[in-house]
Amino acid sequence: MTLRIEKVTKRLGESVAVDNLSLTIPEKSMFGFLGANGAGKTTTFRMVLGLINASSGSITWNGKPIGYHNSHEVGYLPEERGLYPKMKVKDQVVYLARLRGMEKKKAEQELIYWLERFNVPEYENKRVEELSKGNQQKIQFIAAILHKPSLLILDEPFSGLDPLNVELLKDAVRDIHKKGTTTVFSSHRMEHVEELCESVCIVHKGSPVVHGGIREIKRSFGKKNLLINAEFDLTYLKGFPGVVKVKERMDGVTLQIENEGVSQEILKEINAKGFIRQFSLEEPSLNDIFIEKVGASFE
Amino acid sequence: MNKFGLILAKTYIDKFKSKSFLLTTILFIAAIMVGANLSTIMDQFGRGGEAEDEWKIAVKDEEGTVAGALEQQILLVNDQISINQVTGPFDEVEQQVIDGQYDALLTVTLKESGKIESVYFSESLTSSDVSNDLQLTLQTIQSNLAANKLNLSADELATLNMPVTFKQDSFSETAKSEAELSEARGLVYIMIFVIYISVLLYSMMIATEVAAEKSSRVMEILVSSVPPIQQIFAKILGVGLLGLTQLSIWGIVGYASLQFNRDQMQGGIYEFFGFSSSSIETFVFGLIFFLLGYFLFATLAAFLGSLVSRTEDLQQMLMPVTLLIGIGTFLAFYGIADPTATFVTIASFIPFFSPLVMFTRVGMLNVPIWEPITAIVLTFITIVLLGWFGARVYRGGVLMYGNGSSFKDLRKALMITKKE
Repeated sequence: MTLRIEKVTKRLGESVAVDNLSLTIPEKSMFGFLGANGAGKTTTFRMVLGLINASSGSITWNGKPIGYHNSHEVGYLPEERGLYPKMKVKDQVVYLARLRGMEKKKAEQELIYWLERFNVPEYENKRVEELSKGNQQKIQFIAAILHKPSLLILDEPFSGLDPLNVELLKDAVRDIHKKGTTTVFSSHRMEHVEELCESVCIVHKGSPVVHGGIREIKRSFGKKNLLINAEFDLTYLKGFPGVVKVKERMDGVTLQIENEGVSQEILKEINAKGFIRQFSLEEPSLNDIFIEKVGASFE
Repeated sequence: MNKFGLILAKTYIDKFKSKSFLLTTILFIAAIMVGANLSTIMDQFGRGGEAEDEWKIAVKDEEGTVAGALEQQILLVNDQISINQVTGPFDEVEQQVIDGQYDALLTVTLKESGKIESVYFSESLTSSDVSNDLQLTLQTIQSNLAANKLNLSADELATLNMPVTFKQDSFSETAKSEAELSEARGLVYIMIFVIYISVLLYSMMIATEVAAEKSSRVMEILVSSVPPIQQIFAKILGVGLLGLTQLSIWGIVGYASLQFNRDQMQGGIYEFFGFSSSSIETFVFGLIFFLLGYFLFATLAAFLGSLVSRTEDLQQMLMPVTLLIGIGTFLAFYGIADPTATFVTIASFIPFFSPLVMFTRVGMLNVPIWEPITAIVLTFITIVLLGWFGARVYRGGVLMYGNGSSFKDLRKALMITKKE
């Protein structure tokens, strides 16, 4: 049950939405799919789901292309949330689950479980338009996972939620993953991806720039972060050999350095200058890697 | 239940429970009730209303012979008119009419030649019924006086007054007889109207449904669960069944109220519309062409609906649908008046017009059976082609969002799903 994307390209007239993308997402893994706005994430998901055809290349799940014959195995949370505004939560979720091949009774039971888990059992008979945006999203999430898919695709699952609800949903995603669901999700929030995923792919303008396990990616990135908090001005380190970037903070600076060795040179340099409260060498965050690789000016 | 059945059932039940369905059903029932009881209602407002105050006419006749005859004979034509002979001078009588003592003044002079000269004065010249009746009666009196002069017997007089037998017939074999025509006209007229209204109404319903699903963005989930072609046809069939339900309700109400009013059905407006013996054949063709027209325009409306992002843009996008149905209806109504016109014949084979125009021809003429069958087959092929093409557009269209609602989007929609 592996999801294989092989040399997939999607052209839309002149523009290329996805360019020669190859990914292998092993069974039961949790995969993060990252990219700036318009990088081709949603287009890729739509191709995976068989909603649109690739211009070239192939996408297979368990050796077979995904289509309507196996739509019951697939769960999808689209980026643009959408439910019938006038329909009651129960009718709606059960209807959508039945369209994915689930039985009515089973769907009703599962729905009660999930509503309770998300602390909203009273919404069962409310119309969707009466709910807040965050709560609508919980319902949307339930609609995507109710039929117990073996492949779950979540496009920005946590956007627009408060921190409490993000935790609630993260736990749910983790549980579903533990039960053996292959999960692919996209997000702009790097910390969510770092927290949940084993491996990631960063796409830029339709082609992958980084791909692999998070640990390997960080290791091969080479650069490290150096956090210093001292009682004297540190901005002069900008010109120090091996320092790539200097970011000022309220309580000191964060330096991006080319490798670990540079940190020792810096320590020697500043040691005599005064009192140093903090000096720590850290792994680069996914955020740093993303900014570096995608090159967008997010700072 | 399979996915097709699920969508069909949901469409049907949702629409059945909707307020608009309830409202149109009730409004039409009310209209049918009014229509069926039209002659009773018209009696209430028409002759019934005038029953209390009869039309008093002052008649000024120097000799008195005509006025006397008029007084008796007018009762045979219109018993609401009362004739009062007056002798005073013209000015005096005129004043009496103005004062309201009489409703009108009629001066009558019998000439030497036997010709009656008569002038009718009234304050308003609105009630033509009365003056027509007077004229008719005076004509009869003049003929009788002339006959008396010639010393004709009563039999001879009867021959003189005998009405002409006037019948219309045609050399053309395709034409229906006059009796058949008047019978057909009413049914065809009503059914064209019903086809026009319902095809337009239900096509709009489909397009609105598709556009609403798209604008609420639930479409992306639907389209990832169920193939677009299944979605389109499940919706079309669901709304189609709803339409048949509504038409059946109207049909039953209409039939029941006609049965109820059977006594009043003889003659008058009902005979003109030919309800006394409705033609089963016309009815069956009407049903077939309604279904064809519905499927054709609903398919068109469904894929056009898939191209708009907001329901507000829908009207503009549906212009071709409204236009085509409008032209078809116009041609059909023209066809009732002149069913053998060449362009009516041609239009009856063009798929988008044939449901209405061919139906008119079938209803009004005795066309060879291969003609409606050809039209049915052509329309059916068009529906299949449109369905196939529409499903492709739909699949891409529902994933496309933008402010555009032009036909450029059609190409874009096809491109999204296309393999290059």
